[in-house]
Amino acid sequence: MAGTHAVEIRWHGRGGQGAKTACLLLADAAFDSGKYVQGFPEYGPERQGAPITAYNRITESPCKVHSNIYKPDYVVVVDETLLSTVDVTAGLSEDGAIIINTEKKADELRPMLRGYKGQVCTLDAKRIAEENLGKNYPNTPMLAAVVKVSKVIEERKFVEDMKHSFEHKFHNKPSVVTGNMNALKQTLREVKVG
Amino acid sequence: MAREFKQITKASEITENISWQEITTGTEIYEPATSLLVQTGDWRVNKPVMVWDKCKQCLLCYPYCPDSSIPVSKDGKRLDFDYDHCKGCGICAEVCPFDAIEMKKEG
Amino acid sequence: MAKQDRMSGNEAVAYAMKQINPDVMGAFPITPSTEIPQYYSEYIADGEVDTEFITVESEHSAMASVIGSSAAGARSVTATSSCGLAYMWELLYVAASMRLPITMAVVNRALTGPININNDHSDSMGARDSGWIQIYAETNQEVYDNFIQAIPISERMRLPIMVCQDGFITSHGVSNIELLDDEEVRDFVGEYEPEHFLLNSEEPYAVGPYGISAYYMEAKRAQAQSMKDSMAVIMDVANEFKELTGRDYGFFEEYMMGDAEVALVVIGSSAGTGKEAVDRLRGEGKKVGLIKLRVFRPFPRKPLAYAMCKVKAVAVMDKAESFSNSGGPLFNEARSSLYDLPNKPFVINYIYGLGGRDITVEDFYEIYQDLFVIYRTDDPEDVYRYIGVRDSRYRYE
Repeated sequence: MAGTHAVEIRWHGRGGQGAKTACLLLADAAFDSGKYVQGFPEYGPERQGAPITAYNRITESPCKVHSNIYKPDYVVVVDETLLSTVDVTAGLSEDGAIIINTEKKADELRPMLRGYKGQVCTLDAKRIAEENLGKNYPNTPMLAAVVKVSKVIEERKFVEDMKHSFEHKFHNKPSVVTGNMNALKQTLREVKVG
Repeated sequence: MAREFKQITKASEITENISWQEITTGTEIYEPATSLLVQTGDWRVNKPVMVWDKCKQCLLCYPYCPDSSIPVSKDGKRLDFDYDHCKGCGICAEVCPFDAIEMKKEG
Repeated sequence: MAKQDRMSGNEAVAYAMKQINPDVMGAFPITPSTEIPQYYSEYIADGEVDTEFITVESEHSAMASVIGSSAAGARSVTATSSCGLAYMWELLYVAASMRLPITMAVVNRALTGPININNDHSDSMGARDSGWIQIYAETNQEVYDNFIQAIPISERMRLPIMVCQDGFITSHGVSNIELLDDEEVRDFVGEYEPEHFLLNSEEPYAVGPYGISAYYMEAKRAQAQSMKDSMAVIMDVANEFKELTGRDYGFFEEYMMGDAEVALVVIGSSAGTGKEAVDRLRGEGKKVGLIKLRVFRPFPRKPLAYAMCKVKAVAVMDKAESFSNSGGPLFNEARSSLYDLPNKPFVINYIYGLGGRDITVEDFYEIYQDLFVIYRTDDPEDVYRYIGVRDSRYRYE
C-alpha cells in the first residue's frame, strides 16, 4: 500500500538465521536493477531464536512511507517452525504468495496457513544450501526464490548482478562465488509454485 | 538610551559593569596569569609573619602555598610574603618545621 | 560527481564522517547508534581516515573527551542515543556554554522505563534546553546531508549541534541515497581553523571559568543570542548546500500547503508516512497539507507561525510525552508562536509513536478527518490527544 507500483514483502525468521540479511540482500539486488528500495528490520526482544520480522518495499519512484508493512504482497518464511506460532499470512494479499523454506509439499502446509487462499510456494533452502555451499546458509536460495515468485527483478538481470556482487564480495574465495551462483540457479529451477 | 559597546578582549576590562554584548564568547579569557589582577589579600583575617631568625630556607612552605604567594629568588631563597594575594590560610605556618612563620590577627 | 548508492542511516552518518575526516571522535556504544562508532572504527583500522578515536567508559566521558578535544582546537564528533544522551546531560550544558562546535549524531530512542530500545524523541526533546542546535531528518538522504551541513553551521556559530534521526526506522533501514565525492565534502566543510584554542602556544587561553552571579546572566543572555543568530547561518549553509547538490533545505518543509485547509506539523521519518497520506487524500480531492520541521533549535517561530496560518486547523505531532498536563514540547512552542497573530488556526496536539509504536498512513487519515471536523464545526473539543494508544473508552482491535 505504498504508491501504485510498490511491491511489499514481509520476512519471518528467527534471530540469527539471516532473515534480516536476506532482506537487505534483496534491497541490494533490487537497487542494482534500478529500483527504489527499502529494507528494514523490526526489532523486538533481540535474542537468538526469537521470532523476527523484516520488510522490503520496492518501488519505481521514491517511497515516502516509513511504517511497517501490514498488507504485504509476499511473505517469506525462513523457518517453517514459525508457522505454528506466528500468524505469518496476516494481511497477505490473496493475489500474492507465501514462500516457505521447507522440505514438505505446499498441500501439507496449507492447513497451517489459517485459511490463506493465495499461492503457496516452497523450496528446500537447507538442502540447496548444503549441496552447494556445504552448510545451511539459506539466504541465497531464499533471495532467489523471492525474485522468482515475485518477479520484482527481471530474472536474467538478477543472475548477472548477483554474479558481480558475489565476485566483489568473495574475490579471494572463487569457490564460494561458484557455490552461491549454483545455489541461486538451482533455486530458480526448483521453487515449487503450488 | 543605548550605550556604546565593544567586545572585551582583555581580562582587565572584565568588570561587574559590562553588558551581555561585551562579555567574551563562552566567558573565555585570552591571556595568562589573570589571577594576579584579583587582590585576594583583602580576604585575609589572619596574616603570616616571618620570624627570619628561625628560617633555615628549607623551602617547604613554598610548594604548600595554595595561592603562590611565597616568592622565591633566583638564588633559591624564599622572600617575604606576597600580601596582595596571600589569603592567610595558615598552611605555611602549619608545615614549617622550625616555627619560623607566626599567624597574627590582621589589622 | 554524485554517486547513487543504498545504505542505512547509521552507515550514512559514518560515511559522511569518513568524508569529513574529523580530528577526534570520542564515543561509547549504545543501541541504536552503536553502528556509527563501529563502522567508523573500521575506517580508522583500514587507514581510510586519520581521526583519533578516544575509547571511553561511558557517555559522560565521551562528551567530556570531545569537550576537551574541541577546546584544544580539534574538529570533534560523537554519536549517542537515549540513556547515553541522558548520561551526557551535565556535559551538554558545558559544551554549549563554552561555545564548542561539537557535532553529535543522535539516533533517537525512547528513554527508560519501561526499558525500550525503539524510537521516539524523548531523548533529544529532553535535551532541548541545553543550548545545542537540533536538526532532524526524515530520510537517510537527509541524515547524510544534515550531517555534512552541521559542520560549517556549528563551526561558524561556535555552537554544538545534534543531527537527529529516528532509531531503527532510518538508522537500520536501507534505502537509496545520493552521495557526494570526498573532495566535494572536504571543500564544503573546509579546514577547521578556530580563532582561539588551547594548543595555541602563542595565546595562553582559559576556558570554562567560574561565573559568579555578577556575570552568569550576561553569559547566558549572550549564549541565547548566539542561538538566535544561528538562524541566518543555518540558511546560509543550506543555500551553499543547494548550490552543490540541488537539494533544498530550510527550517521546515511545506508539503502541499499552497491551498491547504488543514495541516500537520511533524518531525522526522513519520513526515514521509504523513506525505503519503496527503498524496492519497489529495487524490480524493481533499485539501490537506503537511509541515515537516527540520530545525527545532533554534525554534523558527515566526516563519512557522506564518506557514501554519495558511490553514484553519493544525495538528501538531509530538513523539515525546512530557508529562506536562499541557501537551508535548513541539505543540507548546508551535502554538505559542501563533499567539500574537490576528487570524490564528485551531491547533490540537497528538502524542504518537512512543517507544517504537508504529504510525501508519491510515493513522494520518484519521488525524486529517479529525481536523476536517474542527474545520466544519469550529470546535476543537479535546486539544490534547493521543493516537495509536489502546484506550478502554474506545473500541479497539
